[in-house]
Amino acid sequence: MVLECKHVWDYISGYLDNTLPADTLRLVQEHLDHCEICSAVLDSTRNILILTADDRVFELPLGFSDRLHARLDEELNNRMQTSE
Amino acid sequence: MNGSESHRDESKMIAAILGGDTQLFHDLIRPYERTVYVMALSFMRNESEAEDVSQEAFLQAFRKLDCFRGESKFGTWLISITLNEARGRLRRNKILKMDSLDEPDDEDGHISPALLRDWKEIPSEALERKEMQQLLESAVSELPLIYRETFLLRDVEELSVAETAELLSISISLVKVRLHRARMMLQRSLAARLKAMNPKRRWFLWS
Repeated sequence: MVLECKHVWDYISGYLDNTLPADTLRLVQEHLDHCEICSAVLDSTRNILILTADDRVFELPLGFSDRLHARLDEELNNRMQTSE
Repeated sequence: MNGSESHRDESKMIAAILGGDTQLFHDLIRPYERTVYVMALSFMRNESEAEDVSQEAFLQAFRKLDCFRGESKFGTWLISITLNEARGRLRRNKILKMDSLDEPDDEDGHISPALLRDWKEIPSEALERKEMQQLLESAVSELPLIYRETFLLRDVEELSVAETAELLSISISLVKVRLHRARMMLQRSLAARLKAMNPKRRWFLWS
């Protein structure tokens, strides 16, 4: 059985997560070995996932932590007063 | 979520906080600030609302700390509080209806990726550029909510498929389907734009 490109795209996530059954993996790998388009789809997807998961994306706003802990302090202090 | 929490005994910290050492709560939550903010942002799509939701989620966590049973990880429990808080806020803002419009009806449709003949790897150093960070952030925030939340929990916060399914109250197979679609949507929206931004010059200076 030979896979068409559009079927290979359905397996890209499973391929990246290494969750494909052995025989599917073999078929996908055979296809990737000779199809430059599907290889580029795979490489670009992998690259995009690595970049998006980087800590520099979705940075906390400046001062976020200070404001959060100041607000928590108000709550903690109130709690202390009410329990006294 | 980063791995630093694994070196701490969180159940001991929680017991101490419940026992009266409330200041320890500051330390308990420090490793989760970014996770909570990112999940709040994925719902609110607005920095200042996401910050409000985050603060509220941490306050709720403090107030309800005695309800934490330790059946899930503390981080997962915090995320579930954050998701509830964000959903409640969206309902109050009455924008949930608007967001549901961008959820595709057809759960079975294929998502075709952007087709390229080759891909030149973009190294993580490229993220030093603000425009690169913003491009990625906006591509994620443009995903429909059901894909955005799945993608962030799995690929950004690195939760397991089972934890993601539990937090979103969906099946494991649906997590996999949504994750795959989210990734393909991102590839489709980003591949060409990233390729155009990847300069021809080398990123590394070989010495």
